[in-house]
Amino acid sequence: MPDPVLRLSRFTRRFHGPAAPPVLDRLDLTIPAGEFVALLGRSGSGKTTLLRTLAGLDPVTEGTASLPARRAVVFQEPRLLPWKPVWRNVALGLPGEAAVTRQRALAALQEVELSHRATAWPLTLSGGEAQRVGLARALVREPELLLLDEPFAALDALTRLRMQSLVGELWQRHRPAVLLVTHDVEEALLLADRVLVLAAGRLVEDLAVDLPRPRRRAAAAFDTLRVRLLATLGVDENGHDATARAA
Amino acid sequence: MSGQSLSVPALARGTPPRRLGLPRNLGAARRFVVPVLLLLLWQLAAQSGLVSTRLLAPPSAIAAAAWQLIASGELGYHLAVSLQRVAIGLSIALVAGVSLGLLAGLSRLGEDLVDATLQMLRALPFLALVPLLILWLGIGEATKIALVALGAAFPIYLTLFGGIRGVDPKLLEAGRVFGLSRAGVIRHIILPGALPQALVGLRYALGTAWLSLVVGEQINATAGIGYLVMDAREFLRTDIILVGLAIYALLGLGADQLVRMIERKALAWRPSVLGER
Ligand SMILES: Nc1ncnc2c1ncn2[C@@H]1O[C@H](COP(=O)(O)OP(=O)(O)OP(=O)(O)O)[C@@H](O)[C@H]1O
Ligand SMILES: [Mg+2]
Repeated sequence: MPDPVLRLSRFTRRFHGPAAPPVLDRLDLTIPAGEFVALLGRSGSGKTTLLRTLAGLDPVTEGTASLPARRAVVFQEPRLLPWKPVWRNVALGLPGEAAVTRQRALAALQEVELSHRATAWPLTLSGGEAQRVGLARALVREPELLLLDEPFAALDALTRLRMQSLVGELWQRHRPAVLLVTHDVEEALLLADRVLVLAAGRLVEDLAVDLPRPRRRAAAAFDTLRVRLLATLGVDENGHDATARAA
Repeated sequence: MSGQSLSVPALARGTPPRRLGLPRNLGAARRFVVPVLLLLLWQLAAQSGLVSTRLLAPPSAIAAAAWQLIASGELGYHLAVSLQRVAIGLSIALVAGVSLGLLAGLSRLGEDLVDATLQMLRALPFLALVPLLILWLGIGEATKIALVALGAAFPIYLTLFGGIRGVDPKLLEAGRVFGLSRAGVIRHIILPGALPQALVGLRYALGTAWLSLVVGEQINATAGIGYLVMDAREFLRTDIILVGLAIYALLGLGADQLVRMIERKALAWRPSVLGER
């Protein structure tokens, strides 16, 4: 097994002071280099909170976290600077000479098939294009750990499918470790080596997905895993809230 | 493109309906129809004796007076004096407003020291300071320039401060994640993010600058557009008074156009500006 790029140990996060109930409660998590991990969980379960810590946006106050130096994030919204053309957004904060960073930015844009929009203003992009720029901006940093917080949630179904396969391809080419936060069980099973489920501040599921790639939704094994994950999330196959019905 | 008939789907898609009447390229000319008509009426009223030309000079007389003032070089001289007052006053306002705005916007300490004080001073109508300014600075150039500077500094400070504090925190976070230093965040995110607001402030500042100039030039001036107007009043020359007013209006308009031009250049990324192309 390759060395882990990320190691969390008894990581706890509370808002509103040290006496408040924790949103994340003594989490242990290790992600080996190059592994694609999907993180599922109900709304409000703390997925974004975890991701923000891994991104270095929030301090670690309880427990320990060892993070790789090269990390990159794609947020739920593109968060592009509207006053900089697309390629400058991609090159934002890259160290080195201007000519070199420009070349790198253009190469990253080519990988997400947006070379023709390199000089466009971000506000003229479609939602899918803007997210692809976000992806290029993350990739250009050659991250060891790529953090994706529901990057496709706001996209229409067709664009989402294309983005999913794009992310899959880029991951296979560059092999960063990935933590993908998503609500979509199928998306998790299509892309991830491992699926985690977060509930009540704990990781209640850590499921290895040993399906051959490229994955097919129609495969029987795929469906078995899907039903299992949905059950863990407390939703039955028809989308009803299983816990509520039981009560 | 679409025919003359407006089908319902075309409307639903938001295609702007063709206006009836004058074709599109005359749309700008159309705006001048009413003002020109009013000028004609004014002229007719004066010539027919309906309005006393002593109280209100007709447009023809105003044009003649303007021509005379231009030909004699008088207008150019007074205009230069006025413009100089505005230029100096505005420069002082820009330096003060921008540095205080940056200080308060970029640091908490700066905010505590600067912002509360300025917000209190802002409650005071700055024109009420005229008597004090006269006492402190006399009735010369300094008072007039100080008045312009005071009037223009506040809008610049307020909008720059507000613009800096209004920058989307999500963008600031993105900047941090992607490895920008504090200086980089300021340069690439905070300042460009605050610019649209600050330019609104600049436009507003230019407006108050003219207003302050008008007030300032009525205080014992010996030159400037305001002096021209006050002097003309002594001799009941309403034509010259009106020339002066027209100059004030044109200056205000010109300043506004200038800021618009800066906006088009500096804010080319904004969809409203993009749409104008
Ligand atoms: N800055 C904050 N201050 C106080 N409470 C917070 C803060 N950020 C998050 N929380 C709380 O922490 C909990 C977890 O929030 P988080 O955003 O991590 O959920 P999530 O799993 O990402 O949900 P979603 O799927 O809806 O995005 C929520 O109850 C939220 O209200
Ligand atoms: Mg979230």
